[in-house]
Amino acid sequence: MPDSLLRVLTCGSVDDGKSTLIGRLLFECGSIPDDVLVALERDSRRFGTVEGGTDYALLVDGLAAEREQGVTIDVAYRFFETPVRRFILADSPGHQQYTRNMVTGASTSDFAILLIDARKGILAQTRRHAAIVSLLGIRDVVLAVNKMDLVGFDQAVFDGIVAGFHALLDRLGPLNVTAIPVVARDGDNVTRPSTNMPWYTGATLLATLERAEPTLRPLDVPFRMPVQYVNRPDHTFRGYAGTVEAGTIKPGDTVINTTSRVEAKIAQIVTMDGDLATAGRDEPVTLVLDREIDVSRGDVLAVEPIPALAGQIDAWVVWMDETPLFRGRAYQFMLGTKSVVGTITDITNRLDVDTLTEVAVRELALNEIGRVSISLSHPVACEVYTESRTLGGFVLVDRLTRNTVGAGMVTAIKAARSDVYWHRMDVGKDARALLNGQKPAVLWFTGLSGAGKSTIANLVEKQLLAMGRHSMTLDGDNVRHGLNRDLGFSEADRVENIRRIAEVSKLFVEAGLIVLVSFISPYRNERMLARDCVEEGEFLEIYVDTPVDECRRRDPKGLYQKADSGQLRNFTGVDAPYEAPLDPEIRLPTLEGSPEVLAAKVIDALRERGIIG
Amino acid sequence: MTMRPAHLKALEAESIHILREVAAQAANPVLLYSIGKDSSVLLHLARKAFFPAKPPFPLLHIDTTWKFRDMIVFRDKTVQQFGFELRKHTNPDGLRDGINPFDHGSAYTQIMKTDALKQALTIGKYDFAIGGARRDEERSRAKERVFSVRGPGHTWEPKRQRPELWHLYNGNLAPGETLRVFPLSNWTELDVWTYVLAEGIDVVPLYFAAPRPTVMRDGQIIVVDDDRMRFLPGEKPETKLVRFRSLGCYPLSAAVDSPAATLEDIVAEMRSTRVSERAGRLIDQDQDSSMEKKKREGYF
Repeated sequence: MPDSLLRVLTCGSVDDGKSTLIGRLLFECGSIPDDVLVALERDSRRFGTVEGGTDYALLVDGLAAEREQGVTIDVAYRFFETPVRRFILADSPGHQQYTRNMVTGASTSDFAILLIDARKGILAQTRRHAAIVSLLGIRDVVLAVNKMDLVGFDQAVFDGIVAGFHALLDRLGPLNVTAIPVVARDGDNVTRPSTNMPWYTGATLLATLERAEPTLRPLDVPFRMPVQYVNRPDHTFRGYAGTVEAGTIKPGDTVINTTSRVEAKIAQIVTMDGDLATAGRDEPVTLVLDREIDVSRGDVLAVEPIPALAGQIDAWVVWMDETPLFRGRAYQFMLGTKSVVGTITDITNRLDVDTLTEVAVRELALNEIGRVSISLSHPVACEVYTESRTLGGFVLVDRLTRNTVGAGMVTAIKAARSDVYWHRMDVGKDARALLNGQKPAVLWFTGLSGAGKSTIANLVEKQLLAMGRHSMTLDGDNVRHGLNRDLGFSEADRVENIRRIAEVSKLFVEAGLIVLVSFISPYRNERMLARDCVEEGEFLEIYVDTPVDECRRRDPKGLYQKADSGQLRNFTGVDAPYEAPLDPEIRLPTLEGSPEVLAAKVIDALRERGIIG
Repeated sequence: MTMRPAHLKALEAESIHILREVAAQAANPVLLYSIGKDSSVLLHLARKAFFPAKPPFPLLHIDTTWKFRDMIVFRDKTVQQFGFELRKHTNPDGLRDGINPFDHGSAYTQIMKTDALKQALTIGKYDFAIGGARRDEERSRAKERVFSVRGPGHTWEPKRQRPELWHLYNGNLAPGETLRVFPLSNWTELDVWTYVLAEGIDVVPLYFAAPRPTVMRDGQIIVVDDDRMRFLPGEKPETKLVRFRSLGCYPLSAAVDSPAATLEDIVAEMRSTRVSERAGRLIDQDQDSSMEKKKREGYF
């Protein structure tokens, strides 16, 4: 009967024989049923790469697309067990463009197998794999040197590779390494000792996995439990459900809600199998406290010393999206059970995983790993990743596509509200607005260059002035002459440009003004960032909808001509995209009405919304 | 009760964590109840996750009208015993057209299972649907996420799957998207049975060996469940000691020749078996990569 569960990451490239190794492990441990073996024989004839033999790699290359291409394109999970242990293998592909899959597999693994082709030795990809393993907090690895038959079972080759790997360790951080020479195709040193390599006297790969004791965090750390779910079936019961992340707890212990710093004692540890006298790491429990305190999902119940409450963090971020990561972009930030908005405030270095050195950068592309600073919209209880995977590992989610686009590991925490204090003023936005007899708002005119944004905004403001209203206009072009004159037109600079304009708009809204912003603002993400700066109902997205051909025909500044002739690059609508608003508050189709008519439409909308009386 | 092996405790903890994430993140979740052993384990875990409350989601059963009678009896007994809310759906078009497994072959599975499921999910406006699928069932399942995004029309696009890190499950949905959630992703068939034994969970009696009327077709043992069975010329039911490893619709799920009459027998048989669980599911063998194809179309 297996007495424990070991989660193992396997990494290697397409050609190292990784799928063969895994297929071999599954086969030898009896995880492959007879009817699947029959299918395997059939597939081996059709797609196999082992002449006249069974291609075990086909057991694990799951999706039809992969089998046809002969490459593994995603992370897959395989299970097998021996009389002593149950295993979960996270099988991730090794080629560069799929770093994200390897990071994903590593995030839940306690142990790693690094596969090396004996003929090729340590390659850039070996360094890359080892770096990711180390970065993701795995401390124990097996170096499986495969295809030993193709180097004549030569011990010198093996020893050379092992020495080469050990030489990397001072740049990788602490890793416990066990090296094993194997032939995955034939099973040498995989599950049975190899007669071909009598010079190797160590354990087989399987025996090594069975005995492995991953270096986990010590058990005597203080208790932490992120609250997942408040269980409140009726007024007689209120329990906080979650999985214990660290430490142990028993009834009578004092716990602190990290967010509010309010404390209470544990009254009961409830499970369906009966109340527990004590609960420890990885146990799912429902805690009942001895008094009513405010606790909700995302809070962390902890004992002293409690986790820090972060307002800003530094982290290693692995970027997983086609669109690069820029400073100024905002994402949903998920850590533990908390979800807040995280804004990228800085990107400094990229880790070059081939050379294991850092390079200065300003953005991160797909599959790049970099040092990033993130500012959080609400305080988040967290710890550095090397202390806690759960309270130090986070993901970034795109707020439009809802996809997971990045994964991060906290390296440093800046406490919320400690260094920069927010002064609460006696005179507020409401008071100023009342004095002005209007509700403050941002009228955000977006559209292509030459669409008519500034023309219409100008007419709207003239009418507001005539009506005795207080307003202010920010024009994209004009702002670039002053506040934003240090910024160019790269994607990263555009993001920063809009962030500054949004922040300035917010200050004018605080002043009680109606702010008119006319600004191409081509990206939905950035317009959302601007929207988030002010309160609900204060932001009106006004889409000045003019087809690009019409803009080109008007071309008031001659910019389209320059862009078309290649003198101007990154020009929206020509060689840079414009993402039209999906659901703007106001849409102004300029082919259907004069600027005066469209301006009147805006004024009407302001009346309807009670912004002006 | 048998001592629970440590690795089952770890799997149980992970599944409970996932179920609680569903309750916390979903607006309108539902648990797809298929009455089989995996569903029994799923219900047991859901009861544990929210104890002392009831699980905060209803059960949905896609009734093809061709389930074994014992399955329906077991379903109704279970729902009553634990006070679950059961919602049922049958594809009205299939019912009207008399779609059945004898005449319509794989079209039956498409219409009465896949289409019916999609209809029920659309009608119920469920955002998260919890299912009992496991990664060890079939090759294409090994890459399935725990939180698996479905596009408009409940389709599955393997290349659009979200990276899933640590125990952070991204349940955010764009318009038109829904999620399938698989809390038993990391369990094997043997884990399921060992857990059923250790926890004393009730399962449908069809899993235990008993003398049952059977016919042999294409090397598969088909159990005759009611008088809707159609016999081929010369076929006569023969009583055999058989049981099921996997339960579906009666003429499509084959039984196995086995004397295992208790949970202990089943676990012992599982440890020595050399045939995969889905070998008895006739629908999976239609064509190469058939499960992947069905999943892309919205099959669970």
